[in-house]
Amino acid sequence: MEPSVARPVGSPISRALEHKLNREFVAVGLLLLAFFVGSRLSTQFLDASYLLDTTSVYIETGIIATAMTFIIISGNIDLSVASTLALVACVTGVLHAEHGLAMGPAIICGLLLGALLGFFNGLLITWLRLPSLTVTLGTFALYRGLAQVLLGDHSVSNFPDWFVGIDSIHIARTLFHNPPIPAPLIIFLVLALIAGAVLHRTVLGRWTYAIGTNSTASRYSGIAVDRVTLLLFTFSGFLAGLSGLIMTSRLGIAKYDMGLGLELDAITAVVLGGTDIFGGRGTMFGTVITFFLIVVLRTGMGLHNIKPEQQMLVLGLLLIFSIVVPNLLQRNKR
Amino acid sequence: MTAQPLLSACGISKAFGGTPVLQNVSLDLWPGEVHVLMGENGAGKSTFNKILSGVHTPDSGEILLNGQAVSIASPAAAQAHGIALLHQEPIIFPDLDVAENIFVGRQPQKGPWRSINWHSMYEQAGELLNSLGVQIDPHERMGGLSVAAHQMVEMARAMSQNARVLIMDEPTASLSPDEVADLFRIVRDLRAQGVALVFISHRLEEVFEIGDRITVLRDGEFVNTVTPAETTKEEIIRMMVGRPLSSLFEREAGSIGEPLLKVEGLTRTGHFRNISFEVKAGEIVGMAGLVGAGRTEVSEAIFGVTQLDAGKVFLDGKPVNIRSPRQAVQLGLAYVPEDRQQHGLLLSMTIAENITLPVLKQFAQMGWLRARQEREVAQQYTAKLHLRAARDVSQAAGELSGGNQQKVVLAKWLLSQPRVLILDEPTRGIDIGAKAEVHRIMGELASQGMAILMISSELPEILAMSDRVLVMREGRLTGEFNRAEATQEKIMAAATGQQMVEVAA
Repeated sequence: MEPSVARPVGSPISRALEHKLNREFVAVGLLLLAFFVGSRLSTQFLDASYLLDTTSVYIETGIIATAMTFIIISGNIDLSVASTLALVACVTGVLHAEHGLAMGPAIICGLLLGALLGFFNGLLITWLRLPSLTVTLGTFALYRGLAQVLLGDHSVSNFPDWFVGIDSIHIARTLFHNPPIPAPLIIFLVLALIAGAVLHRTVLGRWTYAIGTNSTASRYSGIAVDRVTLLLFTFSGFLAGLSGLIMTSRLGIAKYDMGLGLELDAITAVVLGGTDIFGGRGTMFGTVITFFLIVVLRTGMGLHNIKPEQQMLVLGLLLIFSIVVPNLLQRNKR
Repeated sequence: MTAQPLLSACGISKAFGGTPVLQNVSLDLWPGEVHVLMGENGAGKSTFNKILSGVHTPDSGEILLNGQAVSIASPAAAQAHGIALLHQEPIIFPDLDVAENIFVGRQPQKGPWRSINWHSMYEQAGELLNSLGVQIDPHERMGGLSVAAHQMVEMARAMSQNARVLIMDEPTASLSPDEVADLFRIVRDLRAQGVALVFISHRLEEVFEIGDRITVLRDGEFVNTVTPAETTKEEIIRMMVGRPLSSLFEREAGSIGEPLLKVEGLTRTGHFRNISFEVKAGEIVGMAGLVGAGRTEVSEAIFGVTQLDAGKVFLDGKPVNIRSPRQAVQLGLAYVPEDRQQHGLLLSMTIAENITLPVLKQFAQMGWLRARQEREVAQQYTAKLHLRAARDVSQAAGELSGGNQQKVVLAKWLLSQPRVLILDEPTRGIDIGAKAEVHRIMGELASQGMAILMISSELPEILAMSDRVLVMREGRLTGEFNRAEATQEKIMAAATGQQMVEVAA
């Protein structure tokens, strides 16, 4: 037996931070760097309210990424979130526009449907003992397929006025002379705060880490692994549904191809934020920081007329960079 | 024996991150000897072996091969020098067949495109296995074979590389007595061919049976090299732990109460059939048998890991239907699994997180964790179990030695305050000091009224600890002995079915 390499003594929390924040520090560094570069290149970039408003465009990614953080830490993956988003948007739209259901009840139906779709993923995973990758790859196609069957190439657009334009609602100057903050960002921040507290401070959060670390040993320790998995996928589906409603409100229409490829953006935010794709490690902080990093980068590049495809190239490079650098640092420590 | 040792390690020292692991260790290895290396976990045996096999390089000291100083900078270099290391857990490719496993990376080739010469490979593999006296078909898929067979294949692999020095790290840890006998036959054959073998084991009986010389390490330092003839087991233990261990393998019988766990006619098709027994409060029931007799399967079914096809389980006289480990924990059962690393622990999580896992809700209010309370209780339990080497409870469980890892598993289940504790091979692969402590803890728990079922493949452990001994063979209960009547011979007869042969004859 070899002794472990000596490490500084500290409280569990400071040690955990040291352990977990390794990757997060890279993300924070990149975020600061992106701000610096962006501000040098464009004066518009330093306009706080402009920057805050641009977050609305990506807010669905951020909301989904909070649930995805749980999913990935638990050693799973959910590829069906963007399809869930589209199906919930379409069904809600059809319920309201074609079946005359009032918008309020339609929203509730949409949220329930999102949870149900996530629950269905969880059922297939836990009952049939299938890997989440396989199951959600299937429902990824299935859910968007259903949306397309439902609406075809049409879009639903006759939503009530109060529902449309959630991103134009702002929480105006109040306490700190802050610039007006768009409502979607508030929703995201509140969700991230709650999700972070649950992940890092509750029994459920600890179980999530335990299952992602070793699901067999977790089961032998008396954790209801299947129930937790089911719950996490239901939560993921619910937030995907919520994102679908927010996107519908922002765009004013519901269409089957909404949020195409959004699941990969969400996974990117989570993994770039330091969560181990094999489960067991990661923080909500990392996901949130990385989400803002992606927003800043995309906004900055957008201001310079860099096409979305080319933006993808930069994000791809970043992802690889963020994985390679901490690994190299880790290796040098030994 | 020739006039000079095949391999001499002179004054080897090695430190990791400033912590010395080996200090000035010297050892001679003669051709045709089995040199046993003993010491508690953390004594430096594994590091020493890794230096010989090129995984680590020493900070100081030198290695002489046939009198020539050599540098063993990599495993490939060790291989070129004819030094092979057999890992504790054989490294295999489960989906390849036996011959492919033997020649992996070195397959015989033919033709201009260097395609694999399958015919020659199977032929050579067959010859190698034959020369070891092993009956394994080279075409068999590796994953379908037993651990013992994996070891034989690893030895064949080493022999195919013309190994002159063979280092075996606890090869017998997961073998049944029959398999150990087979392994020892091969070891003796190789010894007769002039191979030098380094053999690590924690089982003293084996060491005296197979060893020509015994070298003891303690805390990274060389203690002594002796021959089995000039020493005793007690002497070896004293050398390893640095103090006499009188409490080893002794237990006073306590008062035994009502049956707490009772099972009737447990059956799981293809695994075990019609198993009935009971464990009383304050009693330790040992379950002996060969590896694969179905003992682990029975305990996993009781604990709800797998489902029963038939049979009843009673706790405290009440019938219970346990469908998951979670339910079992709630009913007051605890199970220390055989595979500590895969089933018992979350290696990358902290000691505290591991210990509190089964009863995490006790450390939470409305779902919110109370970190300080969790930490305090974890500290209290690690102190109670004399968990050594832990910096504090925020250390990752995976960084601990085997014995201390097992104490974490024990602490975790003690915290859940079970009434029935099932232990599956509780002291496998842990050193003698930790083993004695695990036994002491078991004794204490029993005297506090816990019902304990202990599966063990080590007969001395079974005999020393058990109030009653159950024996399983091929999925059935074949023997039950009380403490007074249990002997090694009777248990082995029931475990192997020899008795039945005698009766028939």
